[in-house]
Amino acid sequence: MIELYESQRAMRNVRKAAMQRGVVAVLDVGSSKIACLVLRFDGTDGPMPDDGVGSLAGQTGFRVIGAATTRSRGVRFGEIAAMGETERAIRTAVQAAQRMAGIRVDHVIACFSGAEPRSYGLAGRVEIAGTMVTEQDVARVLSACDPPDIGVGREVLHAQPVNFALDHRSGLNDPRGQIGQELACDMHMLTCNAQAIQNLAHCVKRCDLELAGLASSAYVSGSAALVEDEQELGAACIDMGGGATGVSIFMKKHMIYADTVPMGGDHVTGDISMGLQIPMAMAERIKTFHGGVVATGMDDREMIEISGDTGDWHHDRRQVSRAELIGIMRPRVEEILEEVRACLDAAGFDHMPSQQIVLTGGASQIPGLDGLASRILGSQVRLGRPMRVHGLPQAATGPNFASAVGMCLFAAHPQDEWWDFEIPVDKYPVRSLKRALHWFRENW
Amino acid sequence: MRQMMRREPPVTRPEPQVNHPDPAPSRLKYRLERLMLTPLFRVTLRVGLPLVIGFGATTWYFSYDSNREALMGQIAELRDAFETRPEFMVNLMAVDGAGDAVASDIRALLPLEFPISSFDLDLDAMRETVVALDAVETAQLRIRQGGVLQVEVVERVPAVLWRSGAGLQLLDASGVRVGPAQARAERPDLPVIAGPGAEAHVDEALALFDAAAPLAGRLRGLERVGERRWDVVLDRAQRIELPSRNAVQALERVLAMDEAVDMLARDIAAVDLRLPRRPTLRLRGGAVEDYWRIKALETGEQQQ
Repeated sequence: MIELYESQRAMRNVRKAAMQRGVVAVLDVGSSKIACLVLRFDGTDGPMPDDGVGSLAGQTGFRVIGAATTRSRGVRFGEIAAMGETERAIRTAVQAAQRMAGIRVDHVIACFSGAEPRSYGLAGRVEIAGTMVTEQDVARVLSACDPPDIGVGREVLHAQPVNFALDHRSGLNDPRGQIGQELACDMHMLTCNAQAIQNLAHCVKRCDLELAGLASSAYVSGSAALVEDEQELGAACIDMGGGATGVSIFMKKHMIYADTVPMGGDHVTGDISMGLQIPMAMAERIKTFHGGVVATGMDDREMIEISGDTGDWHHDRRQVSRAELIGIMRPRVEEILEEVRACLDAAGFDHMPSQQIVLTGGASQIPGLDGLASRILGSQVRLGRPMRVHGLPQAATGPNFASAVGMCLFAAHPQDEWWDFEIPVDKYPVRSLKRALHWFRENW
Repeated sequence: MRQMMRREPPVTRPEPQVNHPDPAPSRLKYRLERLMLTPLFRVTLRVGLPLVIGFGATTWYFSYDSNREALMGQIAELRDAFETRPEFMVNLMAVDGAGDAVASDIRALLPLEFPISSFDLDLDAMRETVVALDAVETAQLRIRQGGVLQVEVVERVPAVLWRSGAGLQLLDASGVRVGPAQARAERPDLPVIAGPGAEAHVDEALALFDAAAPLAGRLRGLERVGERRWDVVLDRAQRIELPSRNAVQALERVLAMDEAVDMLARDIAAVDLRLPRRPTLRLRGGAVEDYWRIKALETGEQQQ
């Protein structure tokens, strides 16, 4: 499995270099917009206080100094569909953001929502070498997790150890230094299509940028929109984007499941466009100004002007009631939520101790969505906005920037992944100096 | 009926939907802007480029002799115009504290053609020149208001005459030459010293002259013997030979003896105190014979 993570390790090194330079950009490659934030790490992030987290949930070490958004036309269902268009959009966003920041950005951390993510739960078990658990034991137990058959053309996006167990004690965060005999670990692995990653990497490279990390949009928006106790007790984050809806389940501050429903707000817009026979831009406008999912009697009387430019006067001067609009939107939203429900059921969300559901993302701004969602998904539904980070412009604080803000947190404090741990000694190349050193230390 | 219909204002139609791409910076523009945001590049552009251009232009301009000369000439002209302003001109020299002879010497030594700019006067070098004169002890040169070069001189005061092989010299109290003297009679008020190495011990000589005040009428001078000690030379070819150390005390002793027995008035050639414990008198030839005769008379020895 070692060679599998070479690229991930390389990206970690790039991220380290970027942190040393102090400037890194995060890129949210979404289906409806591409957002770029430029972060400056000023090193004010002191040690975490012992009693809980510091101010701003400990996210004080960085500051957003540049932000830009542009329309994304080359991305469909959260995957890159047109390379040229995506590259131009990334270029536009990065240029505007770094112009606002007044500094050149070389390293970028990107996230995307599509590419058929699949979650796997891995378990490993190993006898520890000495009496105390060392880093090498952790490395060995991680490599003892038998990798699932992820299929051809798939790539591991996240591989996070979520739980350690030592003998009969489970739920350990950090087993190092503890005394025991048998160390077990549970790991959550998220895979996605390799081509999507390659396409994104190529687009980023074409913009003269270096990729310093990749993340799943569902994961990062969950880490931004869920508050700390929700992450601890268990919650699901539904990131309703333009082309895809990400589902991520958090428990004990670890993501334990993620999936994507390839439907989002763009499909609602498309339904409106088809149903009312208007262009997409107009449909989007009508959706954002008059959209909703719960019709009341008053909505029958509220008429919406539909202008057009076909030249047919009667066609261009139609009016629809808001109830009709809701009648078009609601089935599609229901369909999306049903799909999300299916995802959650497949993940066994019913068996979670806390069944909090947080809706975020651009499409979660539809009025009345929380009521509809609570009927489909469960009673504990709230609308989530991303947490506040330093220097974030007011325009970028809405729920549609949940994954961009989550990327900031991911860039500042990435969770340890498999490739962040030590490589077990027996997996090293034969000539490795470290292996010789280890042997030396063991024997003398 | 038609007139009752509401007149719609002419609708400004949006442009027909053409599939043209979103505005995006071209790759070249993007790269250029990134380059301009690079701090090092910006510093180079802001500082380095003007520096290179300025340096290059200057070098190119001065690579032609004519340009260089023109600039140098202009600088010299400006400098000249500034230096010859009337505020900086010196019109005359005043020598204070020197006698006429010394003053004329100083004027001869400093050949200045007035008026002259004060920038052209090197006062330090001129002071060195003036001080190099024997007769000048110290000198102060400054440019006074009104364009006057003020030379304030303190002359050396001659204390002794020194007779050497080269002739008579005037020395001051510290033994520095003041100037030549034509004849002894020129300065009858000064005592005379002689002998090689005498000029280095003028202070001792002066102390001896002070002590020999009772002999003033008879004193001819002091002679340095063997560059070691002094002889007091009196008239009638009498000498008082003093030791090299404590010469003044020895001289006072001689004077006391003289006062007691009127020794120096007698017919003796020299009083030798080179060994201070054993003063010795040297009689002249005739006196020795007289002495022997008197001794013979006293002892009743047979006359020959």
